[in-house]
Amino acid sequence: MSKVEVRKRVTIVEEIFHEGGPVAANPLCRAAALAVIRNPFAGKYVEEIAGFMDDLKPLGLEMAKSLVAALGGDAKRIEGYGKGAIVGAAGELEHGALWHVPGGYGMRETLGNAKAIVASTKKVGGPGTRLDVPVTHINASYVRSHFDAMEVGIVDAPRADELLLALVMTTGPRVHARVGGLRASEIKGEDGLR
Amino acid sequence: MKAKIRKLITFVEETRTEMNQTIDPPTRRAAAAAVIENPFAGRYVEDLTELMEIGEELGALLTERAVAALGVAGPAAESYGKAAAVGEDGELEHAAAVLHPKLGTPVRKVLGKGAALIPSSKKRGGLGVPLDIPLGHKDAAFVRSHFDGMEIRVGDAPRTNEILVAIAVTDSGRPLPRVGGLMKDQIKGEDGLR
Repeated sequence: MSKVEVRKRVTIVEEIFHEGGPVAANPLCRAAALAVIRNPFAGKYVEEIAGFMDDLKPLGLEMAKSLVAALGGDAKRIEGYGKGAIVGAAGELEHGALWHVPGGYGMRETLGNAKAIVASTKKVGGPGTRLDVPVTHINASYVRSHFDAMEVGIVDAPRADELLLALVMTTGPRVHARVGGLRASEIKGEDGLR
Repeated sequence: MKAKIRKLITFVEETRTEMNQTIDPPTRRAAAAAVIENPFAGRYVEDLTELMEIGEELGALLTERAVAALGVAGPAAESYGKAAAVGEDGELEHAAAVLHPKLGTPVRKVLGKGAALIPSSKKRGGLGVPLDIPLGHKDAAFVRSHFDGMEIRVGDAPRTNEILVAIAVTDSGRPLPRVGGLMKDQIKGEDGLR
């Protein structure tokens, strides 16, 4: 089992009041928790990597909790989520896939009973690479007002032998959401979709 | 066409080796993108119907081009995703209007099925802003080998009054999937999830 070595953590909080339209009564908040860790598989092909997912679970949980704290401390306020990973140059795309289970676990544990699949994306890139983390409603993937994304990145990460892991949470719909579709008030919240 | 298209771009990626392992057959992703005029740039417009109709046109056009770039029949596509970047005189909701209400139906028509939600991301940015298009299996969102993403950028777009719209399709998952989870040969493909 490899141990998780964290080099740095970054938290980003956006507070959006308007985008040229009416000023929102409650500004939309988006927050991202980023962690830069050593990639234990960098520079070589390792067949058995799946065990590292368990090693990452405590980090996933810690990052999810830090997001709730960054957004005011009340998990009930969280309405959207997403996750992503950037793999440094000496790693492979599959190393980014190791984040799916622990990242999702951390957020579900923190948010209680979130039903929807956690939207995700991943890539290989150098320091300063930006990642558009997709965001959807935590209980019903088809809630159209909550389809969103947050761009994240860190200027000095990931180095070649690192992984940049990201979790994102949001507190509501896009600030001027008005393209119809399923509303958060209409969801059944049983199948994770509607 | 309702859409005023300045340019169309097609990207094809074919991965033949990853971490010194031969990928046979290679994994392949294609993205087709359109740079369109934003009819609502510079002003707040309540009714976004025109952009929704543009989304419907682009759903067909871009999916056909992406599939053609892969050289496969539509039903052979395995995963998909969509994304948009709005130039600085537009709002995020303009991207939502293109992507969400009407774009999906023609995508699914080209691909034959598509029971799963089409993963998406959106942002506002300047010329050359990268877009990370999230990817997921088209019939079962939980197929872990197909959780992926594709970065594209167009150097001269979006201008302030433009929107960059992209659709990505693949004929495969990640090159060396080995983090477990649902496999594509296990899916039922009915509920869009498993």
